[in-house]
Amino acid sequence: MPETIIETPDSVARAAQQFEQARAEGEPLGEKLTLNMGPSHPSTHGVLRVLLELDGEIVTRAVPDIGYLHRGDEKIAENMTYNQFVPYTDRLDYLAPLASNVAYALAVEKLMGWTVPPRCQVIRVICCELARISAHLLGMGALAMDTGAMTVFLYIFTEREKIYNLIELLTGARFTTSYTRIGGLTRDLPPGFVEQAKAFVEQFKGKIEELDNLLTRNKIFVDRNKGIGIISKEDAIDFGLTGPNLRGSGVSYDLRKDKPYLNYSEYSFSIPTGSVGDAYDRYLCRLEELRQSTHILEQALRNIPGGPIHVGDGKGYLPQKEKVLTKMEELIHQFILVTEGIQAPVGEVYFGAENPKGELGFYINSKGGGVPYRLKIRAPSFVNLSILGKLLPGHMMSDVVAILGSLDFVMGECDR
Amino acid sequence: MPASDAIASLQKQFPGKVGQGKEFRDEWQVEIDRDLIRAASTYMKELGYNLLLDITSVDYFGDEPRFEVVYEFCALGGQRDQEHLRLKIKVSEDDPTVDSIVSVYQGADWHEREIFDMMGLKFNGHPDLRRILMWDGYPYYQLKKDFPLEGLPSDMPGEEGFSRVAPLEGGPFVAAPTVHPPAVGDAPTTTHEPHAHPASH
Repeated sequence: MPETIIETPDSVARAAQQFEQARAEGEPLGEKLTLNMGPSHPSTHGVLRVLLELDGEIVTRAVPDIGYLHRGDEKIAENMTYNQFVPYTDRLDYLAPLASNVAYALAVEKLMGWTVPPRCQVIRVICCELARISAHLLGMGALAMDTGAMTVFLYIFTEREKIYNLIELLTGARFTTSYTRIGGLTRDLPPGFVEQAKAFVEQFKGKIEELDNLLTRNKIFVDRNKGIGIISKEDAIDFGLTGPNLRGSGVSYDLRKDKPYLNYSEYSFSIPTGSVGDAYDRYLCRLEELRQSTHILEQALRNIPGGPIHVGDGKGYLPQKEKVLTKMEELIHQFILVTEGIQAPVGEVYFGAENPKGELGFYINSKGGGVPYRLKIRAPSFVNLSILGKLLPGHMMSDVVAILGSLDFVMGECDR
Repeated sequence: MPASDAIASLQKQFPGKVGQGKEFRDEWQVEIDRDLIRAASTYMKELGYNLLLDITSVDYFGDEPRFEVVYEFCALGGQRDQEHLRLKIKVSEDDPTVDSIVSVYQGADWHEREIFDMMGLKFNGHPDLRRILMWDGYPYYQLKKDFPLEGLPSDMPGEEGFSRVAPLEGGPFVAAPTVHPPAVGDAPTTTHEPHAHPASH
């Protein structure tokens, strides 16, 4: 019986070879076509529009077009007090509103020079990590669905539902949480939250392994992601990429470790980095970050200190209701805080927090008073998408979907 | 190594064109000459500030010079690991141009386009200076302080998709191309509701 040789279809290498050959000959491979992908395409995860110039099935030029979700958040911020802007931060990265709430509160607290008490810090860490798990799950699920693994998307929604239930218990809302206030939180942990969160974390560990088993060695998934959308270390830094997209390229930059805020320095966790910088590495980084976030959550839930959840009564944070109703001075403070806002000092600060998508930075320029003179949101999705024009050309049309999925962006944050 | 050290190096490299460093909340910032920005950012990269976090602009309406462009640099790895430094340049309203630094940091591309989009500052040498969040042809720069919060009326974007004939044009549910919708404020015209309208169930 003659031996049959089964050729392993390495579609990318073959496509690239053909592309190079055609380029050398100066002939188009197939029909030249300009394709308009988005703004409402299922794999652009929002309202991203990419104008693709195709040569046959190979992308020769890509022009991202953003702004379909532009609301003018920065202009709005200049016209309201610091606390009034908190609900707008929900709508930046709407897959992890809690993390954006915390990042914004920390930025204004940096301007004020405040440090929140330990209990508040730990609760905020719990919020951030729950949000990270929820956002990474969706990012991975969407990538898996776009690259041929439907099951994962359904599985992760079960887990996200549990997280949403926890968030509902904690904040009263599932989606638009608005949980932080400048200098504190809207409310303390409700009874039973810690037990439920612990139970969630305990069972979630097994679910991560399930996800791992479903995807990491899934032939179709691996074939569609390995070697696709390779971002070199130098490019990743030069384009200002942050978050799992930067770490996937092998740069260990995580603000939780490198510029610790809240009490992240007290927890033990590690920063996963990739080696190749392809879509598969970015997926692996997110998967490992799920484990690390679970690890942080375990430590945080085990040891929640007592004490207040805000910087305390005074001229900065809203006084307690009983005091407002019984004492003249607190009544005046409450009145001034609500009408004029927190009296911020003159100065400029930049604060970046490690959000699920990358470094969410707030640049606040204050001229004093209760309203920011200029508030700039450094949205990680915006910066991460800026590499598309360089990353897409040379790939097959079907790889565009994998690359977009692996970059894991949110247009609400990108367009602001 | 503190960021004040980098400011001293900048002052040494470009004498007389770099202002005094200022510290606020453990962050260092320094104002430099406008024309220096490309040379200075090249030098910053040599110093180890390889990550350009953000570029933004501030409109000090009523002051002269009116605009300020703010660059946030961060160092990854090397001696200055995790160091942060903010460079600022002043831009006057009469000559709202800045040298683009895309040739130094590729990531500056979209940030500079956003500043052009929001405040109308032009970047010399930018490879593709177009509006980014608003559409091409939008007449205002909406993040300027003299632009009202409630906005100003303008034409909607004219996309090819809207100007071409729609696929079902002339069909049973699509208005003929000659019929224009009534202008706002006109008395509503009576329209015939077809019996098989999906919303009439």
